[in-house]
Amino acid sequence: MAAQETRVITKFLRDRPDDSWEYSVAREHNHAYAALEKALGMEPAALVEEVQKSGLRGRGGAGFGTGQKWSFLPKDIFPRYLAVNADEGEPATFKDHMLIERDPHQIVEGSIITAYAIQAHHAFIYLRGEFALGAERLQAAVEDAYANGFLGKNILGSGFDLELIVHRGAGCYIAGDETGLLSSLEGERAMPRIKPPFPAVQGLYAAPTIVNNVETMSAVTQIVNNSGEWYAGMGVNKSLGTRIFSVSGNVERPGNYEVELGTTFRELIEGLAGGVKGAKLMKFFIPGGASSPWLLPEHLDEPLDMDRATELGTMLGSGAIMVFDETVDPVLVAWRIAKFFAHESCGKCTPCREGSGWLEKVLYRMANGLGRTEDLDLLLGFGNNLAPGLSWPPGQTTICQLGPSTMSPTVSLNKYWGDEIRARLASDAARRKTLEVASA
Amino acid sequence: MSVSSVPMSQWPSDHRYTIPVAGDQDVVSITIDDKVVQVPRGELLIKAAQDHGTYIPRFCWHERMKPVGMCRMCLVEVEGMRGLQISCATPVVDGMVVRTTTDNVKSTQDGILEFLLINHPLDCPVCDRGGECPLQDQTLAFGPGESRYVEEKRHFEKPIPISDLVMLDRERCIQCGRCTRFAAEIAGDALIDFGGRGGTTEVITYPDAPFTSYFSGNTVQICPVGALTASAYRFRARPWDLESVETSCQACAVGCRGALESTSNRLVRLLGVDSEPVNHGWLCDKGRYGYEWVHSDTRMRVPGVRRGTELAVTSWPEALDAAAAALRRVRDEHGAGAIGVIGGARGTNEDAYAWARFAKGVLRTDNVDAQLGDGLPAALVLGMPRATIGDLDRARAIVLLGPDLKEELPVLYLRARRAAEELGVPLIDVAARDHGLSRHATTVIRHSPGVIDDAIDSAIAALEPIAGDGPVVVIIGRPSVAEAPDATVRAASRLAGLPGVRFLSALRRGNVHGALDLGLAPGFLPGRVTLDAGRDHVVAAWGGVPDEPGLDTTGILQAAAAGRIKALVLVGCDLLADFPDRTLARDAIAGAERVVCVGTFPDDAAERADVFLPTTVWGEQAGTTTNLEGRVLRLGRKVTAEGQALEGWRIAAELAARLGSEWDLETVEQVQDEIARVAPAFVGVDASLVRRARDGVVLPVADNLAELTFGPDRPAAGVSWEPIRAGAEGGDDGEGAPVAPPQPGVALHVWAGDAPSPPAAPTDSYALRLVVARTLYGNDRVVTASPSLANLSGGEALLLVNRRDRERIGVEDGTRVRVISPRASLDLPLHTDASTPEGVGFLAVNRAGPGAPELIDIAAHVTDVRVETIS
Amino acid sequence: MAFTDAERRRAEQLVARYPHSKSAVLPLLHMAQDRDGYVTGEAMEDIAELLGLTPALVLGTCSFYTMFKRAPIGNLVVSVCTNVSCLVNGGPALVDSLRARYADDDDVHVEEVECVAACDLAPVMQVNYEFHGPVTSEAAADVIEQYKSGALTARTISGSPVDAGSKAP
Ligand SMILES: Cc1cc2nc3c(=O)[nH]c(=O)nc-3n(C[C@H](O)[C@H](O)[C@H](O)COP(=O)(O)O)c2cc1C
Ligand code: SF4
Ligand code: FES
Repeated sequence: MAAQETRVITKFLRDRPDDSWEYSVAREHNHAYAALEKALGMEPAALVEEVQKSGLRGRGGAGFGTGQKWSFLPKDIFPRYLAVNADEGEPATFKDHMLIERDPHQIVEGSIITAYAIQAHHAFIYLRGEFALGAERLQAAVEDAYANGFLGKNILGSGFDLELIVHRGAGCYIAGDETGLLSSLEGERAMPRIKPPFPAVQGLYAAPTIVNNVETMSAVTQIVNNSGEWYAGMGVNKSLGTRIFSVSGNVERPGNYEVELGTTFRELIEGLAGGVKGAKLMKFFIPGGASSPWLLPEHLDEPLDMDRATELGTMLGSGAIMVFDETVDPVLVAWRIAKFFAHESCGKCTPCREGSGWLEKVLYRMANGLGRTEDLDLLLGFGNNLAPGLSWPPGQTTICQLGPSTMSPTVSLNKYWGDEIRARLASDAARRKTLEVASA
Repeated sequence: MSVSSVPMSQWPSDHRYTIPVAGDQDVVSITIDDKVVQVPRGELLIKAAQDHGTYIPRFCWHERMKPVGMCRMCLVEVEGMRGLQISCATPVVDGMVVRTTTDNVKSTQDGILEFLLINHPLDCPVCDRGGECPLQDQTLAFGPGESRYVEEKRHFEKPIPISDLVMLDRERCIQCGRCTRFAAEIAGDALIDFGGRGGTTEVITYPDAPFTSYFSGNTVQICPVGALTASAYRFRARPWDLESVETSCQACAVGCRGALESTSNRLVRLLGVDSEPVNHGWLCDKGRYGYEWVHSDTRMRVPGVRRGTELAVTSWPEALDAAAAALRRVRDEHGAGAIGVIGGARGTNEDAYAWARFAKGVLRTDNVDAQLGDGLPAALVLGMPRATIGDLDRARAIVLLGPDLKEELPVLYLRARRAAEELGVPLIDVAARDHGLSRHATTVIRHSPGVIDDAIDSAIAALEPIAGDGPVVVIIGRPSVAEAPDATVRAASRLAGLPGVRFLSALRRGNVHGALDLGLAPGFLPGRVTLDAGRDHVVAAWGGVPDEPGLDTTGILQAAAAGRIKALVLVGCDLLADFPDRTLARDAIAGAERVVCVGTFPDDAAERADVFLPTTVWGEQAGTTTNLEGRVLRLGRKVTAEGQALEGWRIAAELAARLGSEWDLETVEQVQDEIARVAPAFVGVDASLVRRARDGVVLPVADNLAELTFGPDRPAAGVSWEPIRAGAEGGDDGEGAPVAPPQPGVALHVWAGDAPSPPAAPTDSYALRLVVARTLYGNDRVVTASPSLANLSGGEALLLVNRRDRERIGVEDGTRVRVISPRASLDLPLHTDASTPEGVGFLAVNRAGPGAPELIDIAAHVTDVRVETIS
Repeated sequence: MAFTDAERRRAEQLVARYPHSKSAVLPLLHMAQDRDGYVTGEAMEDIAELLGLTPALVLGTCSFYTMFKRAPIGNLVVSVCTNVSCLVNGGPALVDSLRARYADDDDVHVEEVECVAACDLAPVMQVNYEFHGPVTSEAAADVIEQYKSGALTARTISGSPVDAGSKAP
């Protein structure tokens, strides 16, 4: 299993790991802002087309065609806004974190290009609050860009104006959802909003708004540097180009690996990340962040292909792969993920606000020997009102995806170890009974 | 579209999701549960379904607020759309096929209810909402049985007061956001919001900043559970014991529609009824809780006659004889002109008519006035081109030329705010100081009290560029009782010249407009006709009317003080509290030989009264009232008066009989029919029309047929969380609009637009020019005699001045200073106030103890005061 | 502590960057927290006044975000991740030992947090939002002590560089 990275957006930060983020270095050794110079010479429409050609799909989680999203903007309605999603909060995802700290200029450049392509004169990078160093470096990068005429009025004499603001969040996962992000950016509680209207039609301050992920922006820079065709030359089927995957958990070499889409899980996990740590076997892995349903070792030879993942009843989501060895109790993992969602639910939708907490309480008992025989079926019972169908992609009774995502771990538990767990719950219950009798 | 041109209220973060404007004519046809119906394009599905008899359960959606899609209860199946859709945020499109009762929908709704209930305390037996609780109802109707939830429930400290009027029980809260959205979206004072997040989301106030909104009671009414309760109502009654009648609030002249509820002959609750043209279902807290005064122990409930120094309890016949005798003697000895009749603006239209007939038709005096020196000339109010409240929505622009609507006509404030914020109507604010609506104004024009000409130039300039075909609505009232109405009238006469200008009166007292319409004003007869124009017509009915126009209240009091007027009949007014010039009021009462009080409470005048005749009040008597747009609205009778109080019109009739004029009026309907016959502006507005017109009748009916609506909506009283519908009482005698009713037989009065005396000179740089106006809560009876409101009544008057003036005077905030007017000198605390500009001082008039009324000389054009430090 | 004139000017600059002033709520709350060590009532009132909002709205927003503390918590906020990747790499043990160790240290506030996007460093902790990982309980305590002794310079409670509060967005 020949395992190798295809470094497109990570090439530079890997080649010069130390100080590659600084402007002078990036400019000299990475042609930072060369793509921007090129882009400003093109028609905005041509740029949109180029990105559509590249087949780039959003790297934030939803995997929506980037160029296509841009093309949804209603004609002739201005102003428009660009909001770059740098809130990276999906558990086990740490690629944006790296890009922000190690190559902020690539993000800023991509953002300027995108703003130009969609004709926005105000762009925001919504940065996860906990990224303190990232905030410093992004801010420095933005100031360099201003200082060198890549931002502000009449950029490089093109007549195009753009203000770019780095906006720090303050600790909440739901601000990562695009409409939650907009509420937060408007100074409110980061509550997602009912759609329609979609952000592209009525987003920030009621104006048409494009929300794109940090990695997506970085890819845009390289697509313009090379070409859409070149980018589309990598990858498989409808999953084109390269993508950064964050591999963590019980693996030898946890880290970010940029690979061509179509690479297999095995190549990524065993080849690049060095496989399960110690002399242990893999019990299961989570392929696309905490929201995604789980996979087993038997799926290791499946390709990293977004549509294939859907066929497998899961998703590549945010590109976060969590590996667990044979000693890990899946119920404990399910509980911890449930705890995460219960803590991060914004509380707007009844099923999510109440259901996520209920789920967490029951899974906690189940993971700690306090389960009742009926508990797993109880979860699947009320869970069906949270993620109708209990399959992926789930139906939705809530405003945003967080709601149904809360059920992914439980559904996976039932799918792979249902009987085992029911038996375990039964014996736990029995044991407690005998204890009661004894103590009585 | 430029960013700044999108008001925050129109950002589409869902609670600002733009609801299609009602009245949008083009319709689409959709299928709801196999029934094809026609609905306005873009209407929200949940509303469209409801209007066609399909009730989709909901908690967070309220039809007067924008959808937020939180509770997820309203999910339905829409053909061709994946998964279930929330009907509260799904606009209809042509050909849409909707199913609201499939197994999938049902089981999902059960699921939502189960989620809502897992953390709910289920303390229904001790909950005010029990019996009228949507959560309870829908649990019965849609809900699952046994709970599968065995974990620990969420716990919060049980009900905490978040204001003097509202209690919050966070355990019962289902986080629907109705209250927080009302506060932010409708009332515009977001003193409550959600705090925390996820499972621990709770409604919060800011520490030490209680929920002191004037509109807080509405949140209690629309809360779909018992999370918000009214201290006034807590544990007073159970819904199934309540009797209810639809009525109109008389706490101010907006005339909000309400459902008045009682149990065992005690009023316990007033709920807002949703009337599109009037109040959209909202009430202010003063109106909502003001019913309590009806049961106040301080009320006079038996007739009294003066025996020596004191007022002795007596029988009706004796009291009436005494009153009649006193008035007859004065008339015989000094002529009818020696009698003045003041008041009548707090009763019903029927009372007002009867008093007008008694004064002008029987006593034959024209010294009659319902206004108390704090209003506008009757000639203007009765004759100006009128706008309706609804016109605010369609207006090209709104010009504010009156009092602080938030303080004096709160629900009109809500409507004007909505027009400006939501509907984008330009708001031109002409005033001496900032007020509730100023922050929504597109143009702010400030002027020195009483000096208005330049300000009007600016207003006209501001109107100039505004295009559109809607009317320009000028809201006109008395910005200050410390200045003569002249400046305001001047302004009106100049604006009246502009195209499309219509006026909306901002006079405050409950039924002042009805009283004026029915002839309680010098120079006028019932039905908006002048003494001369209406003479023949009315004489035919009454047998006679005064020859000459008489005096207004100020004139009457001056004459009484001078001994020229010998007898005062005071009808439901407390001169010393209500009249701006207390010195004059005192002298007048002292100067009159005879005082007959027709009223409710003992007051300084009553102390002095020769006869006291107790009247029934709002809630104890049926009839009609007329709001500030000239809309005749039904008043409901819910309790029988304790003691011996009689309706005002019966008292007038009894007195008339004793003065030799038999009216044979037995019922209030007969009075209404007589009004329709005698008062030209009321032609067609007989008892039957009054009973059937759902939202009342705007006068004259012939010009306002479009405003007329009849059934079928009925008041759904008791169901307090959903908008309660305005409903016609009767409908028994024929449905639909009457054939266009006859035009008034007599030409109605038209305001000549004449502009009075030139404005006052500017203040000298040391003086402060006073603005004296009311605040919502003051020492008025409704407040002081209603236990729930009493402690809001505000204490003594404070002199509010600009920071620079305070520094010039050289005192700290809160210091007592000496305030000297030509009339009097008073010591009052001085406070800095950002909304008061330099050179102006503000005093609230309705305050306990000596205050503005001591300083004001009603004869002066403006009131300038000097402020001195007290050593 | 209420805004000084200088702070007010900085606040107004912050506000001016946004098309709508309300967007400045989070930056202003960070600024206030940097200054006072937590978000004081006065700060929320100042912000409300500056932006023409009610204090209730500012509190509502503030209380939604976990980084904002509304009571003093000392000078060091230690965030230990226990989400899945750290869960299987000793996160829970780390948080327990640090909690125990600093239980009565008013200067150090140890809290369990969700994934901080550094799973390759699991188990990971942040000290005033500076990343440290992977760390054993001992290593972690050692780092914290260095911050306390000043051997390492800590960021502000909101994670801004101590020196140039103005540099951080
Ligand atoms: C609960 C939730 C959390 C999300 N968190 C993130 C995030 O942290 N970062 C991100 O880029 N996208 C996140 N997304 C996806 C965004 O909603 C949005 O799809 C994405 O930012 C669009 O950018 P892209 O098209 O470049 O992927 C989240 C979505 C949901 C429902
Ligand atoms: S699904 Fe959950 S997180 Fe998403 S909007 Fe609804 S309550 Fe908030
Ligand atoms: S009524 Fe539609 S979501 Fe609440």
